[in-house]
Amino acid sequence: MSANNDSIGKTITVTVLLCVVCSVIVSAAAVLLKPMQVANKDQDRKSNILKAAGIADANKSVDELFAQITTKYVDLETGKFTTEVPAKYDAKKAAKDPVLGKALTKDADIASIKYQAKVMPVYMVETDGKLEKVILPVHGYGLWSTLYGFLALEGDLNTVVGFGFYSHAETPGLGGEVDNPNWKALWPGKVVYPEGSMEPALGLVKGAVDAANPNAKHQVDGLAGATLTANGVTNLVQFWMGSNGYAPFLANLKAGGA
Amino acid sequence: MSQAKEVLSNPVFKNNPIGLQILGVCSALAVTSNLNTAMVMTMAVIAVTAFSNLFVSIIRNQIPSSVRIICQMTIIASLVIVVDQILKAFAYDVSKQLSVFVGLIITNCIVMGRAEAFAMKNPPGISFMDGIGNGLGYGVVLIFVGFLRELFGAGKLFGYEVLPLVNDGGWYLANGMMLLPPSAFFIIGMFIWLVRSFDKSQVEAPEFELAKNTKKEAV
Repeated sequence: MSANNDSIGKTITVTVLLCVVCSVIVSAAAVLLKPMQVANKDQDRKSNILKAAGIADANKSVDELFAQITTKYVDLETGKFTTEVPAKYDAKKAAKDPVLGKALTKDADIASIKYQAKVMPVYMVETDGKLEKVILPVHGYGLWSTLYGFLALEGDLNTVVGFGFYSHAETPGLGGEVDNPNWKALWPGKVVYPEGSMEPALGLVKGAVDAANPNAKHQVDGLAGATLTANGVTNLVQFWMGSNGYAPFLANLKAGGA
Repeated sequence: MSQAKEVLSNPVFKNNPIGLQILGVCSALAVTSNLNTAMVMTMAVIAVTAFSNLFVSIIRNQIPSSVRIICQMTIIASLVIVVDQILKAFAYDVSKQLSVFVGLIITNCIVMGRAEAFAMKNPPGISFMDGIGNGLGYGVVLIFVGFLRELFGAGKLFGYEVLPLVNDGGWYLANGMMLLPPSAFFIIGMFIWLVRSFDKSQVEAPEFELAKNTKKEAV
């Protein structure tokens, strides 16, 4: 290193040149790889929806399977379909938007999510015009993190087909057991609403479910050693299936007028 | 041994960046809960150390010494972003698991340490080799730790079941602590112990010695 490297002129020249070269490289990488990253994200989201609906199939491509699913948007307040959504609508971002989202009051916010988007996407599987499955995005706070997942319902809009989270950061081995296939297998067949009511009864219990209990169809085994995560899961199911969530929409859909 | 071979193989056991220099331990705790992420992280770090050493070495005679750390950081940060972008495009699932830790390679002391200690004083070719060597040294520890943590924590290796878990009707009761970051401390500690018991020259001299007991009745 010669001493003249430290002159003001040289210092500025070297740093400016270095920054220009580096920024060109970084932006080139970002721009060139962007389409692939977007495609990856999209595939990931689609395969999670398929998994929740129980129609994932390793032999077929995700896009092929996803072709049977139609994406619609629901205005949660009215419970009706809406087409007034901006292009590339992102419910996660919309939740904090002053126009597209709303802040939840403390009493209503049982899932501890603070903000909620007014419009949520729903995914429907239809065969010959008959609704077979509807897949609803849900999220809520567990112990360490917000759990994001999908809850899929049967065409009767009451029986669970599948349930799973695609993003969370709960303790591995304890709360992280929400990813355990054995636990997820407990969900299909469970019933969200008691007869004649739109108040969700579905939730987790401590320990194993007693099959003799008349409410057993609304109960799922708790997670051993993860009471707080389990409470979080119960809360998020109750919230999203309740009157602030999809209940108005499901009621309308049942009546045939969503 | 030729110089190139030496700078490549030395950091793996003799002068291991984690084992002897105790650098880069933070990320070694975070990304070693399974072998897949440990492998990808290893490759990412090798790529970054090797190329940052190369580029720093190429312009080492032009860098003004007053801003040399910033210049090194600029190069390292750019490389890390490029690596992160490539992972997101080609290995999306793994990049989701690694999340922020790819970005945190920037702060990995190994990268910065080698750029400052080696690449600033040596020609590009040999610096590149030194980068690969140190990345490998880091990777050996990562893979060693990842192997033990995934095997005893989840009963799997590379996601394939090796020890059938009790939860799935097998016999192995998984050790949940292995999946939590602190377990890596114990494993890295044991790794250092293991290496030092074979290579006594790595054992540091004690900083002070206890005075001998002079009271008779205590003996």
